[in-house]
Formats: sequence, structure tokens, C-alpha cells
Amino acid sequence: MAAGASSPPALELRGLAKTYRAGRRAALRGIDLRVGPGELVGLLGPNGAGKTTLTKIACGLVAPTAGSAHVAGAPAGTADARRATGYLAELFRFPEWLTADEVLRLHQRLARSAGGERERRERLAEVGLETSADLRVGAMSKGMQQRLGIAQALVGAPRVVLLDEPTSALDPVGRAVVRELLVALRERGVGVLLSSHLLGEVERVCDRVAIVVDGRVVADDAPRALTRPAGVELETDRGTRLVPDAGREDAPALVAAAVADGERVYGVRVRRSTLEDVYRDAVGDAGDRGVQRR
Amino acid sequence: MSDVLTIARLGLREAVRRRVLPVVLALSVAFLVLYWLGVGVVREDAVPTGGALGPAVAEQVEPALDAATTGVLLGLASFATLFLGATLAIFLTAGAIRGDAERGLLQPLLVRPPGRLRVLAGRWLTATAVAVPYTLVLHLGATSIMRWRGGTAPDAALLSAVELSLAVGLIALLSLAASVLLSQVAGGIGAFMAVGAGLVGSLLGQIGDAIDSGGLQRAADVVAIVLPFEGLYEDVLHRLTADSREPLLSLGPFGGADPAGPAQLAWTAVWALAVAAIASHRFARQDL
Repeated sequence: MAAGASSPPALELRGLAKTYRAGRRAALRGIDLRVGPGELVGLLGPNGAGKTTLTKIACGLVAPTAGSAHVAGAPAGTADARRATGYLAELFRFPEWLTADEVLRLHQRLARSAGGERERRERLAEVGLETSADLRVGAMSKGMQQRLGIAQALVGAPRVVLLDEPTSALDPVGRAVVRELLVALRERGVGVLLSSHLLGEVERVCDRVAIVVDGRVVADDAPRALTRPAGVELETDRGTRLVPDAGREDAPALVAAAVADGERVYGVRVRRSTLEDVYRDAVGDAGDRGVQRR
Repeated sequence: MSDVLTIARLGLREAVRRRVLPVVLALSVAFLVLYWLGVGVVREDAVPTGGALGPAVAEQVEPALDAATTGVLLGLASFATLFLGATLAIFLTAGAIRGDAERGLLQPLLVRPPGRLRVLAGRWLTATAVAVPYTLVLHLGATSIMRWRGGTAPDAALLSAVELSLAVGLIALLSLAASVLLSQVAGGIGAFMAVGAGLVGSLLGQIGDAIDSGGLQRAADVVAIVLPFEGLYEDVLHRLTADSREPLLSLGPFGGADPAGPAQLAWTAVWALAVAAIASHRFARQDL
């Protein structure tokens, strides 16, 4: 991890609230969230829960109604905070007539990055676009544009990267590339806030998961800590059955009992609830507004 | 400053890519050619000769008609130049903020260190870097045609062109401010209507002068204050047609021709700063 222990949090939100004037809709109702240096935090929630608003406040595109947001110790939206931020919007577009290399060059200038051609080559290689530097945005597929968007977010060595649905247009190979990139960012000490509907992606890669429902964080912990034991499953010649209250330590006794009862045991699995189960429990009826298990 | 130039360069490349410049150049050449032809026809055919009126009458009437014709032709050049320059400025700015934000083009730029005010300044610089020199060159081209083809050299051709260019710069500023507050279509229409309202206001002022209507005169004064680019345009007309305003041009089709005093010029500067400040203030606090 590149950042020292005394580094300020990559992102810190305290009591963050936002009410949009149009419709007087409360999008956020007091969010506390912290992303440490080198920490990957997944942000889950149904459509309209406030994830995009939260991300936009963190990068200074939206002003909070109450509370505070700090990026690497600087108030969100200030020049210092913007210097430390990389951002990929859910809905973004680059000028179609720019090439991938020109997009990165533009953002290098704006980020005042001295990385030059080497940085551009590295960023494109990280997202699997190393052979597409001279390809115009207009000639790229949606997935390639999304990868370019991620590469753009990483220009200028940000200390926190805010990714709003970064893999929604990517195929499984593209998602694997992004997963590897996220792991690499963690190793570099970059904090990442990953907003997504793809629970499997989040569960696989994130250190912590925050679930937002109706503008509030209803769960915030490591994926392993959020899930719970869900019994032991036995597969025998009489069929497969689940013993819901059993745990890992009960498995040998269950197998022994089955064998003693004349059953032939083919398999035994200790079950845990999945992040999807946790998510569905957390969001309740609101969860019908959008969850994808991939 | 380099950030502003980077944003401005991006806008210029966008304008080139959309072929705005070639289209505008082609239309401008068409206008100048038509103007060339028009000036020639008017000069050769429309001014009565001494033979038709008799030498004594012609001696009195011809100079006045000549001055009036010159005034109309120069007024036409100024009106057309303002219209083309304003059109270019509005097309370059109408979607610069809200339009680009709705398309998702703006957000990646705004989260970078330069921030919103420099992006706003860059967008204005794009429009002025194109529309202001364009207006200057087009108006100088038209007055040059008047000099070579029409045989009349306006005294204040360069100053008039500069003033008209400033008017177009103000229209670009107004249109950009509208693009902060309104969608692309609404902002563009609003800016065009503001230009039209300025011209109507000055015509009302002329009518007010002609029929001695205080209400119309006050309405024109209010329009000139609210939309000071109209005051600059009137000053251009005044400079170019001062010799021939009475009586034929007092109700001419190209707007009023009142001089802009130092107070109006000072107000124009204050207005520009105020519009820029309001646009910056609103943009800085806008949720995107």
C-alpha cells in the first residue's frame, strides 16, 4: 500500500444530506461513509437510492444540503479535492472525434499531469485498449468507451477513484479486466468507491460494502461479515437436504449420523448466505427496483 | 489561463468538426457577393440622373439621395453582419453548458482541477475567438465593397467594425449565460429573441421620435439599457449614416441610429461584468 497510516481518508462523508429543489425530493438523508487509502468500497442500492447523488457530491458536481464530504482531507469540490479525484460518471460521453490518446491527453492537461505518453500508454493498457490509442471515440463500442472512461478517471494519479456503474456495458472479459485493475489500484493505495448493481462483482472484489436505501446507509461492512451461516447441505442416495441451524462444526456429526442410518453420503456443503440475500433483506420492497446477479 | 485555452481549443475543434466554420464562410461569401452586386446595381441604376430631373433639381436632390442610398446600403451591411455574427455566436454557445451537461460531455471536464469558472471562460473564449474576428472581417469586407464598388468610403469603417464585433461578443456572453440557466433549445431561442427584441426596441424608439411619443422613447431607452449590444449597434449605424439620417433614414428598416455616449459605453462594460458574474455564480452552484 502506497499511502501511509497517517494519510487522511481517501473519502470521508459525514451526515451527508441532499434534497433536490425540483420536487423537494430527499435523495440523501444523513450518510456517513469512509473510504480509506487502498480500500475498495462497493456501493449498492436500488435505483433512486441516492448512489449517484452521493458519488456526484463526492466529486463536486452536486452540492450537499447538509453534512460534509472530504476527499484526501480537502472539502469536496475544491481544486485540491478535484486534483485528488478520478471520476467515471454513469452517463458520460467524450467528443466522438477525439481518439483515445487525445482524450487522455486532454485530461492530462486539465489534471496537470506530467505523465506524458508513458502514462497514456499505461492507462490504456490497464483497461485493455493498448492497441486502440488512435481509434476515434465514435468508432468505439459502448464497452470500449466505458473502458476509456475508466482510463480517463485514472489520469493524474488520483487518490480516490469514484466509479459509477463502470462495468454496466462490459462483457465478462471486460469485467475481469476491470476487476484486475481495481485490485491493482488497491495495491497502489488508491481508495475506490464502486457504485454498482452487479452484486457478484462487488462481492468478489470489494473490501467493504455499503448498502444505501432511500438515502440512508442500512449496512456497511466487509462482505464476509455481512453474510451469515445458512446451514449445512447433505447430498446422499436419498436426496439432498438442508439442515438450516447447523454450522461448520456440525458437519462431521451430520455425516456420521447419515452413514449410521445406512445412507450413502456423496457430498456435504457448509452454506452461507450470499451478498444478494443480504441485499434483498436490507432493501426489502425497494430491491425490486434493480438488482442484477452476475 | 492555459486551462481556459485548453477548453477553448476543444470548443474550436468541435466547431471545425461540425463544419460550422465552412458553412458560415460559404454563406458569408455569398452575402458579400450579393452585396457587391447589390451595391453595383443601386449605384448604376437606382440613383436618378440629372437628365431625368433637370439640372437644377438634380443638383439639390442627387446629393441627398446619394447620401440616403449610401446610408441604406451601409445600414444593410451592418444589419446583416450583426445578424450573421449573432447567429454564429449563439450557435457556438447555446448548448455549451446545460446542453453539454445533459449529453454527459461536461462532467468529465468539471471534476478536473480547473473547475467551472475556467470551463465557462473557455466556452466564451471559443465563441468570441470565432464570432468576433468573423464580424470584424465581414463588416470591413462590406464597407470595403462600399468603398470600391459604391465609391463611398465610410469615415469610421474600422471603428464601426470593432464596435459591431463587441456587440457580437456581448451576444455570445448573453447566450452563454442563457446556456447556464436553460436547455440548449430554450437558451438559443431566448438569445435570438433578445437580439430581435433589441432591434424592435430601437425601431420603437425611432417611431417614438417621429411621432413624439414619450412612452415609446422610454421603452426604447429601457431596451437599450437591458440589451446594451443594441446600443452599440445603434452607434454603428449612427457613425455610418450620420450624414444621411434625415429624412429618409429616420424610419429606416435597420434600427435606430443614436450615438452611444461615454455613459452608455460604461454601462455596457458594467452590464457585461454583471452578466458574467451572474452566469458564473449560477454555474458555480448548479447541480450537474
